[in-house]
Parts: sequence; C-alpha cells; structure tokens
Amino acid sequence: MAQSHQASGIQAGRLSAEDIATNFEDLHAPFDAHEAAVAADRCYFCYDAPCMQACPTSIDIPQFIREIQGGHPTAAAKTILEQNILGGMCARVCPTETLCEEVCVRETAEGKPVEIGRLQRYATDAQMAKGAQPFTRAKATGKTIAVVGAGPAGLAAAHRLAMLGHDVVLFEAKPKAGGLNEFGIAAYKSTNDFAAREVDWLLQIGGITVEYGKMLGDALSLDELAQDYDAVFLSIGLGGVNALRAAGEDMSGVSDAVDFIAELRQADDLAALPVGRNVVVIGGGMTAVDAAVQSKLLGAENVTIAYRRGRDAMGASRFEQDLAASKGVKLMFNVMPKALHGDGAVSEIELEYTSVVAGRVTGTGETLRLTADQVYKAIGQTLEGQPDALDLEGGKIKVDDAGRTSVTGVWAGGDCASGGEDLTVTAVAEGRDAAMDIHASLMG
Amino acid sequence: MADLTTDFLGIKSPNPFWLASAPPTDKEYNVRRAFEAGWGGVVWKTLGAEGPPVVNVNGPRYGAIWGADRRLLGLNNIELITDRPLEVNLEEMTRVKKDYPDRALIASIMVPCEEEAWKKILPRVTETNADGIELNFGCPHGMAERGMGSAVGQVPEYIQMVTEWCKQYYDRPVIVKLTPNITDIRFPARAANAGNADAVSLINTINSITSVNLDAMAPEPMIGGKGTHGGYCGPAVKPIAMNMVAEIARDPETAGLPISAIGGVTTWRDAAEFIALGAGNVQVCTAAMTYGFDVVKEMISGLSEWMDEKGYSSIGDFKGMATPNVTDWQHLDLNYITKAKISEADCIKCGRCYAACEDTSHQAIAMSDDRVFSVKDDECVACNLCVNVCPVEGCITMEEVPAGQIDQRTGEVVSDEYGSWITHPNNPMAAAK
Repeated sequence: MAQSHQASGIQAGRLSAEDIATNFEDLHAPFDAHEAAVAADRCYFCYDAPCMQACPTSIDIPQFIREIQGGHPTAAAKTILEQNILGGMCARVCPTETLCEEVCVRETAEGKPVEIGRLQRYATDAQMAKGAQPFTRAKATGKTIAVVGAGPAGLAAAHRLAMLGHDVVLFEAKPKAGGLNEFGIAAYKSTNDFAAREVDWLLQIGGITVEYGKMLGDALSLDELAQDYDAVFLSIGLGGVNALRAAGEDMSGVSDAVDFIAELRQADDLAALPVGRNVVVIGGGMTAVDAAVQSKLLGAENVTIAYRRGRDAMGASRFEQDLAASKGVKLMFNVMPKALHGDGAVSEIELEYTSVVAGRVTGTGETLRLTADQVYKAIGQTLEGQPDALDLEGGKIKVDDAGRTSVTGVWAGGDCASGGEDLTVTAVAEGRDAAMDIHASLMG
Repeated sequence: MADLTTDFLGIKSPNPFWLASAPPTDKEYNVRRAFEAGWGGVVWKTLGAEGPPVVNVNGPRYGAIWGADRRLLGLNNIELITDRPLEVNLEEMTRVKKDYPDRALIASIMVPCEEEAWKKILPRVTETNADGIELNFGCPHGMAERGMGSAVGQVPEYIQMVTEWCKQYYDRPVIVKLTPNITDIRFPARAANAGNADAVSLINTINSITSVNLDAMAPEPMIGGKGTHGGYCGPAVKPIAMNMVAEIARDPETAGLPISAIGGVTTWRDAAEFIALGAGNVQVCTAAMTYGFDVVKEMISGLSEWMDEKGYSSIGDFKGMATPNVTDWQHLDLNYITKAKISEADCIKCGRCYAACEDTSHQAIAMSDDRVFSVKDDECVACNLCVNVCPVEGCITMEEVPAGQIDQRTGEVVSDEYGSWITHPNNPMAAAK
C-alpha cells in the first residue's frame, strides 16, 4: 500500500509502483514509421541548413532526414553517428529547443520546428536495434592512448581513436561507464537502461579496454599516464558541488541534487526511493529541473524550484521550465537561500528576495519561509581532483580549440575543460575533435 | 447565392458535379447514396453487350501513389466495365431515374465496334429513360485488348463511325468519352464532332504503372507475380486533363463543342478551373473513391461561395472565360518582362530559392552571410522556379518591369509594344511587322 502525498518527512512509496512506472515513461515517445515519414516530410532540406550550423557536432541534419524519407533509417543513423557516436543519447537529452530546433526555419515560419530530436532517435534506434554499429577499425597504428573518464567526451574520444586504429585504455572511477548519461540525466529521458546499452553498443568497435574503479589522483597519476601512453585525454567531468553558504546547510534532509539523480538512476525499484513531502530545489539549471520533476514524479506533494535570478537568466530552457510547471513544480524566481531551519532535520527554508543590480544578485531584505523536509542543492558543479600541472581557465582545465591542455601530450574535453556549454552533445564534439587532433599529432 | 444549376446538352442537373462512369456508379445502391449526398448526376458504370458479363481479376485492381502522410495523389485501376448482367443494370437505372428525375443519369456504353452491337443495345438504354449516353472510347486496360475502349478512341475514323451509328439509333444526347493515350487530343475530338456527337468528355484514364515491387520485381497492382498497365487518375492527372480540355475548346474545328471535363477534380477550385477553360460540367471519380460521396458538399459550397465573391450568378457567367487566354507559345509577348522579388519580411531563410537558382538555373539569387536572400536583377530571367520551390506562399513574387525602364539583364529599355516570336529578329521565319 503506497503512502500518500501527505505523509510527512522523507518517505518511500508515496505512489503505487504502477503510477511511478507511468510517471517515468519516456518523455517523448518514439516515432513509429508513419509518424517519422510525416515528420521527415516537413523538412525543407534547407541550403546550408541553420540546424546543422547550430548542432555542436555538426550533424548533416537535412541529409539524415532525407534518408529517413527515403525509407532508410539506418543510412540516416550512419550520417548521424559519423559526427556524433552518442547520437542516440543526444536525440534524447539535447536541449534541441535551444539548438537545432530553435533555428529550424519552420520554427521561424510556424513556431513549430521539424522534430529533429525525435527523428534522430528514430534513426539511431533503428541502428541499435540491428545490434551492430556501422563502423570498423582502421589498420592498427600500434599506438595506445589513455582516456580518463568514461562520460560522453571520453566515450566519443575513445571510439574515434579506436576507429582510427589506435588502442585505447579507458579509465573510469565509477563501477559503470556513461558518466552523466548514466548518472546525471532524468530517468524519463533515458528509459530502459539506454545509457548502458549505448555504451555496450559503442564499445563493440573493439580496441577499447575499460578499467573501472580507476580515478585520477587516486590510482592514477597524470605523470605516469603521460609516460606510459602515447597520448592522454582527460574527461573527468566536474566532481565537486557548490555549497549553499547558508546557515543550517549541514542538517539532514539537505543534499546534492546530482547525488539524488544518480541514486534514482541506479535504483532498481523507484517505489523504494524515499522523497520528501515538501521538496525545495535550489538552482536554475537542468539539474535543478531534473531533480524537481523527478521528486514530483516520485510523489512529493509540493516541489519548488528557488532560483536567485529572473526567468530569462535560468540555465534550464523554457521547454524545461514548462515541463517542470506541467508536472506541478512551482518555479520561484529572484529568491536565494538565507537559512535552513529545523531540529537536526530541516523543516523550513528561509529565502530572501533578490534584485539584480548591474548583473549582481543582492538581497532585498524581505524574506519568506517555505516548509521543507527535503532540500536539494543544484547550484553548479566544480572541477575537482585535477592534476596540478595543468593550467586552468575559469575554474576548468584550459584547452585550445583542438582540446590541447597546457601540458604537451595531454588533451582534455567535456565539462572539465574550458570552452563550450556543459552539454552531452558539446562533450561528444570535444572528445571527437580531440581524438582527431591526437591522431594527427601521433601520425604526423 | 449563386445558381449552380447546369444545363448540359439540355440535361438539367442541380449542380455541375457528376460522378464519372467508374466503380462508384456500378450499382443502384451506390448511385442512390450519391444522389442523397448531393451529386448533380451520374454516368453509370459502363454497360457491355448482352450475354455473359465480363469478369474482373480477383487480386488487387488498384494501385496508388501517395504523399508522405498517405494523401492519395494518383490512383490507377485495372477494373473492367460492369461485371453485372446488362438486364440488372438497366432495371436499376430505370428505377433510379424514376426516383430522381431532377438528377442527370447517363448510360456509359462499350460494345464491339460493329453496327449491329450498337443497334441492339441502344433501344434497351432508351427504355431506361436515361438522359443520354456516353461512349466509352477511353479505358486503356483490358477491354482495349479486345478491340474496345481506347482501341477505338485511338482511331479517329472509328470514333466518327460509331458516333454516327449512335446518332442514328438513339435520339438523346450522345457524349463521346476520349482517351488521353494519344498524341494530339484534337484529332479524336474532331472525329467525334464530325460524327455529330453532342459533346465530348475527357479525359479517361492514362496508361500507367504506379510502382514496382522491388522484392517481387513486378509492377503493382500485382496479380500472382504479374501486373499490367492500368488507367491513372486522381489529382496527379489534372494538369494533363486541363490542357486537353483547353486544346479542344480553342481548336477552331471543335470550338463550341460541349465538354464534360474529367481528371483529378477534388475540390470546387478544380471544377472552376475546368469550367473557366470551357467545360460545361465536370465528372469526378477518384475524390469520391478516396473520401466518399460527401466530398461533393464542399465542392458545391465552395463553388457557390467563390461565385458569390466574384459576382457570378450562374455557371454560364464564367464558363470559357479563360479559353481565349490559352494561346500558342509563339504568341506570347516577349516584351513582357518580370523579375523575381523576395520579401525579406516573409522569408524564413530556408535557402531553397538559392539552391534552385544557383545549382539549376541562372545564378540570379544572392545569399549573404546572415542568410538574407536577394535577386540579382541583372541575372534574373524571370523563370519563376524560385517562386515554385519557396515554401512560403507569396514570399517571392514576380514583378513586372514597366515599359520605359531598363531591363538590368539585357541593358535594354523595356518596350511598351507587344512583340512575339513571330516578329522577333532571331526568327528566321519572322514576318514583317
């Protein structure tokens, strides 16, 4: 018997297993063949298409949509995967509303873009259903490259390097590969264990050895890697989480949103996952939305996102904001945490209204209190455990356009590296491009 | 409210929308439903000679092509004439005509090309009180192999001969249905006219293979691994039909010969276009087969609405109005000069105009770094391709360069005089001005 919404405190089983299963279904159901044909037919096959320009991995979108029109989704998949080996995941998690679909000329014309993301999923699903990948390895080069971190950037780099004939050792701190695809994305965007299946599929290229439980600064040192391998690619992500710097932060019931999301993604039984009755998420990015929406889907009665700036400054796209609102999440803008109250466990959060003066957030002095038995911090992640030898820029490993760090023979990409947005698709592009540069450097 | 009543050869119908002789008009049951839905008339499914009726294939008899959302664009069929006994059809026609005296009911006939055969069937048809007959000289499949249908329609002498027999043995209007599977539609139309036909109807279906099954390596529709060419119809054939109607309407030998237009009529607009080209009414089949008989309701309301907007009170008010404007290429005014113009405000920046012009035409469209597209007047030959490929209606327009201004492409002043190929200096046969 499920607990109700109203059960106080942090409780498991607020909803029945059936309701939870329904709540966590695919956010966008996959197209069937006819839907894909109709959606593909809407593409105008633009000249020098704006969507392609907007894609961080420069997928030839009109070309792959035309291949779907022609009845060959696997040909479309090859067009996608040549540019973006994680095209399947990107089809699910890309904020297409701020990338390809935002600039689609049909968005300009009708406010209704070609559904590029769903079409990409249609194509890549068809390829994955075949089990094989459309790529083979080039002749062995005899070179071996260390890739540290098996998230999107690391996987993309490893795959490209393997394709080019290099051997790759892929080091991963966690017991599972995938990075944020596996641990950091809302469950309804990656259903049926997609992230893990995609990793298995990707590794079929061969030549990639994955070593789990190997973390930089712990079992691995950059010096040794640089010595033992022909090149090193770092894609270690952002391991740290920003603190609230508000009184009472250490109380129970207060935790990091990324940990909640990871726990949820790895849970065998979502009904057994506890969630508060009154949940407050601090932050304004995708992580905040993912944590808030999933709290609601687990059965929390009241979920509030508290963001210190205005709506326009929010990192989460308007689509994500609307998604949260449609699930019943309340969005509060221009409020920041001042203190957490409770007796050992948090019971209330005190927020202060803000105004933004010359770009700086300042408290107005006016406060309000929200009942809260669970507070999630989603105010950004920080680089952690990076080797001292590397120059930093803006709190990240400094890289040039080709992904080269300040240390010769060491490249970096993904969220840990400077440049680009912290998106899966950007990480893939950086991993792929760094691999190409490593290849060029090693092969002369 | 416009009056849609049509008088075609003295046959009155409440509107110009008749169902063509085809599967929808094969039985009393269907025809009654059609009349209840509002159709102005029907041409009954083609009757054959008395005796054992024809048989149809028992596999698929239709093939189709579609748009992406399965919108039916073209249909082909290999169905033969009615496969029900002549007597049954005649009895049903009699009953239906009696119950619907205000609707047109035409008997379509296809019997062997022998005088006796026609002489025998025509009195039987007269007894039904049908308003007229239509001679099926059009079907391109099956029956043509037996010397009927389009096999007759492809020989003008036969058309004239059979038409004369019909005029001799039948005293009501005789409509000759023409096949488009010929080189020049004017010749069969002239033959029908010479045989004293009261009208022609066209087009019948076009020989076609709609698709090839690439697994079975056989055409569709496929019957046991084989296929045959069928008759093509539906929206896809309308441009071909309109040209043929116009050719007959403007041919001095057949000008004024009443025309019942057939070919892809799907909405009121299609009908209005055919009538503007000189048709007295239209016949419909594929639209009804695709959507059911209720499609006629939009045809009726749409035509009425448009006529009201334009101030036409009857079909006759605009019938043939476009015919005089259909001319030969040699008469087109070469001094009429236009340039494409792209409305930046309406442009959605897809660049299709640019690709089309740059790759396949005259390199007359410029594209800026921020995707602003503009026409180079000094290169534009006014071909109109950009207009046709632009997904936004009205975004690209063809603007006339007025007389007295310079055509940037040729550097010459635009003349205010009409000048065609006939008088053009490059024409070796040019006549003196």
